[in-house]
Amino acid sequence: MRPYSILDPNASLTDRLIIDQIGRNSRVIDLGCGDGRLLCRLRDELRCSVQGVELDHREVIEAIAKGMPVIQTDLDHGLKEIPERSFDFAVLSQTLQQVRHPQELLGEMLRIAKRAVILVPNYGHWRIRLQIMLHGRAPRTSSLPYDWYNTPNLHFLSMIDFRELCERMQFKIVHEIPIIRGRAAQAAWAANLRADNALYVLEHI
Amino acid sequence: MHQDRSADMASEIAPPDTAEDTQSVGIVQTRFARLFEPPSVLTLESGGGLGPITVAYETYGELTKEKDNAIFICHALTGDAHVAGKHAADSRKSGWWDGLVGPGKALDTTRYFVICANVLGGCQGTTGPSCLNPETGQPYGLKFPFITVGDIVEVHAALVRHLGIEKLLAIIGGSLGGMQVLDWVARYPDMIHAAICLASSGRLSAQGIAFNAVGRRAITTDPQFQNGDYYGSDPSKYGDVGPRVGLALARMVAHITYLSEASIERKFGRDLQHSDHLAYDLQRETEFKIESYLHYQGKRFIERFDANSYIVLTRAMDYFDLAQRYGSLREALGRTDARFLITSYHTDWLFPSSQSRELVSAMLETHRHVTYLELESVFGHDSFLLEIKQLEELVTPLLRETYRRSREV
Repeated sequence: MRPYSILDPNASLTDRLIIDQIGRNSRVIDLGCGDGRLLCRLRDELRCSVQGVELDHREVIEAIAKGMPVIQTDLDHGLKEIPERSFDFAVLSQTLQQVRHPQELLGEMLRIAKRAVILVPNYGHWRIRLQIMLHGRAPRTSSLPYDWYNTPNLHFLSMIDFRELCERMQFKIVHEIPIIRGRAAQAAWAANLRADNALYVLEHI
Repeated sequence: MHQDRSADMASEIAPPDTAEDTQSVGIVQTRFARLFEPPSVLTLESGGGLGPITVAYETYGELTKEKDNAIFICHALTGDAHVAGKHAADSRKSGWWDGLVGPGKALDTTRYFVICANVLGGCQGTTGPSCLNPETGQPYGLKFPFITVGDIVEVHAALVRHLGIEKLLAIIGGSLGGMQVLDWVARYPDMIHAAICLASSGRLSAQGIAFNAVGRRAITTDPQFQNGDYYGSDPSKYGDVGPRVGLALARMVAHITYLSEASIERKFGRDLQHSDHLAYDLQRETEFKIESYLHYQGKRFIERFDANSYIVLTRAMDYFDLAQRYGSLREALGRTDARFLITSYHTDWLFPSSQSRELVSAMLETHRHVTYLELESVFGHDSFLLEIKQLEELVTPLLRETYRRSREV
């Protein structure tokens, strides 16, 4: 049986899921763009006007080599220099659970862009529940084999948790796509139990 | 002409961080172009005209048949056209950005044709206050017209056209050079594929104006200044006459602004120059090492720089305000298709990162292509001259990708 796994943000499957949410000729900012691979595809396949944000110096240089514009900054320090509504889409892939202030970042995303596309792991998955119940230990996953004290994942959320936050922040969930074993499973039953990841498209109400 | 090199542009507080590849462009020569011959004189922003104008410039590498590989370097306040290589085999020092320009370096002279020219109003070969005014036969002195960064750019744009180049692959500069880069883009939005603006700003801050004011005051209150008419029979020998004390003082003050608290502390600390013990002697001028260092910098500066040029160019810098000149930063920078690379340095308090971020915001708002990094360096404002490897890592891929793409189109 496949173990529970967080979708690799570098996988082309992840890119595909995100690209499907983005319209042609849009203006897109990718927060945590890595080496700019997704941006490259958005530019070349959808003729998007793109912008990256990345902290890691090596990755920034890679993105420059691909011809991608990147701002080097720490998402934990906010996005102050990015003007309001300067993008159609803000993308955040497998990063929300790693920032210090997820709520603030979500707010920033919908300040700078009309829509936010967010991919998050779902810690409500039955395997994680089982792990905690049977072993009484913090969850460990095969793709992110960290211990509780060295994991970059600071926040553990389920689909229910995420929905609740969106409601509280008055964000409209335009799309909610549970991802089960790497496949988009729209309208899946018991998604919070079965999905290992979920993709959200948000906008202001 | 007094040739004193690279470290005069930077603080010399650190040995230049040259790349491992120490290839040089070799022996180079400054050349001169005569532009704006009357009646086609340059119309100055301050009103009036100026011409003819001599421009001192150097080039490195070969221009391609398509003329698509030209990179223009804008130098900073006290720089000159001599960026790379040596003027003679026995020259002590190489050009001021030798680490960046040469075969296999970031501005790779085996691929690109690199140009740098002395600024209008300067004193290193381009028309400036120490040149003879054709109307009077005397050096201009302070009768030299008031010039702006825009005027400097107009002269350099004319030089680029004079060299037969219609579009630049890139333009690069730091500090006052970065201001020129921004003005180039605002003035000629279709003439540039990539713009690299280092440790600069869309306008000089009040703090920057304040330091310039102190420098000018030091010069003009020197009894030798004589209202700018201090040249001897050979005005190109400005180093021997004029307000030497005032100019040295101006340099000392300015020099402090180019450094950071951390870099001074690291290099000098409270070390004493002559002894292990405090002398308790009020007559002693250079007791601490930092004092001695600043005196030395001042002394070297007066040998190679003209006080009137210092006044003219610091004024051009004071007046620089891109938003005011073009309506807004968005209007100034929003019309170009140039790819931008903007860097600031976290220890630079003369041109702090917040000022670069304003540029970035304007470019994002107008959907321009912009890359921005706040770089780590201890060297303050001078970092852009000293952290060559750090710069090379960014500039090399940017130029390669820009060149590749420009050839596809």
